Amino acid sequence: MVLAIALFGALMGLILLLTGRVRKRADLWQSLAFVLPALLLLSVGLIYPAIRTTYQSFFDRAGEFVGGDNYQFVFTNDAMITVLRNTAIWVFLTPLLSTFIGLVYAVLVDRSRVEAAAKAVIFLPMAISLVGASIIWKFVYEYRPDQQGIEQIGLLNQVLVWLGAEPRQFLIGEPWNTLFLIVIMVWVQAGFAMTVLSAAIKAIPSDITEAAQLDGLTGVRMFRYITVPSIRPALVVVLTTIAIGTLKVFDIVRTMTGGQFGTSVISYEFYTQGFRTLNTGVASSMAVILFVLVVPIVVYNVRQMRKAEYR
Amino acid sequence: MAMSSARKGWAAVGLAASVSLVLAACGGDDDGGDDTAGGGETSGGGGDCAFAEDFTDLDGTTVTVYSTIVAPEDAPLEASFDAFEECTGMTVVYEGSDEFEAQLPVRIQGGSPPDLAIIPQPGLLATLVRDYDAVIPVPDEARANVEASFDPAWIDYGTVDGEYYGTPFGANVKSFVWYSPSAFADAGYEIPETWGDLIALSDQIVADGGIPWCAGFGSGDATGWPGTDWVEEVMLRTAGIDAYRQWYQHEIPFNDPQVVEAFDTVGEILKNDQYVNGGLGDVSSIATTRFEDGGLPILQGNCWMHRQASFYQANWGEGVEVAEDGDVYAFYLPGIDPEQGNPVLGGGEFVAAFTERPEVQAFQTYLSTDHWHAERASKGNFVSANRTVPVDAYDSPVNQLSAEIIADPEAVFGFDASDLMPAEVGTVAFWTGMVNWITGASTQETVDAIENAWP
Repeated sequence: MVLAIALFGALMGLILLLTGRVRKRADLWQSLAFVLPALLLLSVGLIYPAIRTTYQSFFDRAGEFVGGDNYQFVFTNDAMITVLRNTAIWVFLTPLLSTFIGLVYAVLVDRSRVEAAAKAVIFLPMAISLVGASIIWKFVYEYRPDQQGIEQIGLLNQVLVWLGAEPRQFLIGEPWNTLFLIVIMVWVQAGFAMTVLSAAIKAIPSDITEAAQLDGLTGVRMFRYITVPSIRPALVVVLTTIAIGTLKVFDIVRTMTGGQFGTSVISYEFYTQGFRTLNTGVASSMAVILFVLVVPIVVYNVRQMRKAEYR
Repeated sequence: MAMSSARKGWAAVGLAASVSLVLAACGGDDDGGDDTAGGGETSGGGGDCAFAEDFTDLDGTTVTVYSTIVAPEDAPLEASFDAFEECTGMTVVYEGSDEFEAQLPVRIQGGSPPDLAIIPQPGLLATLVRDYDAVIPVPDEARANVEASFDPAWIDYGTVDGEYYGTPFGANVKSFVWYSPSAFADAGYEIPETWGDLIALSDQIVADGGIPWCAGFGSGDATGWPGTDWVEEVMLRTAGIDAYRQWYQHEIPFNDPQVVEAFDTVGEILKNDQYVNGGLGDVSSIATTRFEDGGLPILQGNCWMHRQASFYQANWGEGVEVAEDGDVYAFYLPGIDPEQGNPVLGGGEFVAAFTERPEVQAFQTYLSTDHWHAERASKGNFVSANRTVPVDAYDSPVNQLSAEIIADPEAVFGFDASDLMPAEVGTVAFWTGMVNWITGASTQETVDAIENAWP
């Protein structure tokens, strides 16, 4: 440990010393020397794979050039269309639901007496990995038949049985099962939304809220005309961050259903195509599609953050 | 689980490192003319090590072996390498992984393949040969060993485009129906001899207020494979071995009427609300029940019969006696069409080499010898297709029964068809198809979809 720190210090010193000796444009050289390793790693770990993946998406499994056939397959095959549909449902519903729940919760507990405890309750799932969360929810959805000598072990089905209803298999019926999977992601992400939005709400200058109160604004109208517009930048950041996280949802689908029963999404399907059927071309084209889908969200996110900074 | 196998891997690396250190130390002693190292070598040439006489110049070499076999089954496997390691001075570094099928191609493409891999699907072996050009053909001595002691069909399973690539490793028999001998005796049920008897027995159980069958297709991201076994069993029994062979070689389409008939015959049992799914739910619960749990309701008396392979005996749990007069045992799934004889569905693993070094070829050859198969059988929990292994070398009655069935020249042995099909079909479309079929898709829809997935 000490040795590593010493080495790091020595290396920094060396770079500073060397770049310091350059007379002309010392600043430029200095920043280049520090940025270079990061650039190098970025190109090896991100840029090269991105180019290679795009290149591979035009070839079939035997290495023959097939043009856009892989993309055509993804957009015409029935199973793949289900995958695209599911991805769309995920990306649309998860950010909206998580942000809505997080926002309402943040407003409700704001400055209440139990604020800290209430926040902890909704924030805790954030600390659990998606695989862990999925395993928890697997037990919530667990199905046992309503027969003699058989006891329910799933929470939801036990509730159904107490209410006098038949237990049901939540993970089989398409397309509802996708919604039951989305619940898990919302459960995990609502805490994140709540934390960021709560901080934003607390940052609203009190003179604004006081002035609004003097003008007679209360309750829902206060929320609608003062709170929401004031925290707009934070809302956008939360929505886009959750949307990006949702596009990468691999763990939940794999743990809960393994992509069966029509629940697969792009991020899971490209793993199946690439590593189980060894169909690199189709897998690459799905990765490219995912990449193309993420880019606008990232660009929008970055621009919003910049705007917020310069304001 | 993954954690423990990873740890195991590191332990193996550690062990390999320490063993090679010891070997290096021995080598050092040798230079000094010390007698102790020489003593080790004489024991290498004597009595117990006679089998290793053909394997020379292996001292100090290392061979890596990669497979799907993880704890606890990896312990007897690694133990079966000990004799060879002691006698030749070679070190075997073993690594098992749940993600074997996905990781092996990655390791090959990344330029760091294992020396040997134990591949459970001939279809995967064919893909590795054709698309990756990564497999080294089997040495002639190993081929001779296999020809001498195995059914000739085992050469075919390991052959791709006329070249021989994989030597047989383990084997299993799938055509078993698990049941409780004591419950059958109490209820006065007889073990069915024919398919007609089987259906009559099922009806009898329904009439007596029970649910005869239980099943589970769930198996993580391999969900669906137990369903493919059901279809293969019936395909062998209704269409016969020749049509079965045409089917997995895609000489007849997947939606051929003979395949449809096989699906529908399976459906008479698995899609019958009165027959399934004892203690587990309705028909669709088959799709979500883990295959490991599929037969367990037999122990509670919630169901009576569960079709699953010989290896299912490991799933009954502690304290459950697996024997003809024990808590559970298995009978042979009867034939349907007398003209097709008594077909047996089975599976197996194959050893393939990815690097061309003398020690790798030597170890692959050793793994094909009668000596290793007997050695492995003696460590337990294993069945070999090697005919020279005496039946009483196996440790459990079910394994003995399996070995007898495999060795029986009268039995019509069909190798697991989904394992022989290309990966897109055998391990994706067919699996998914079975899941969709059991949750409500029609037979025609299912077979058409699988046919469309054929590359």
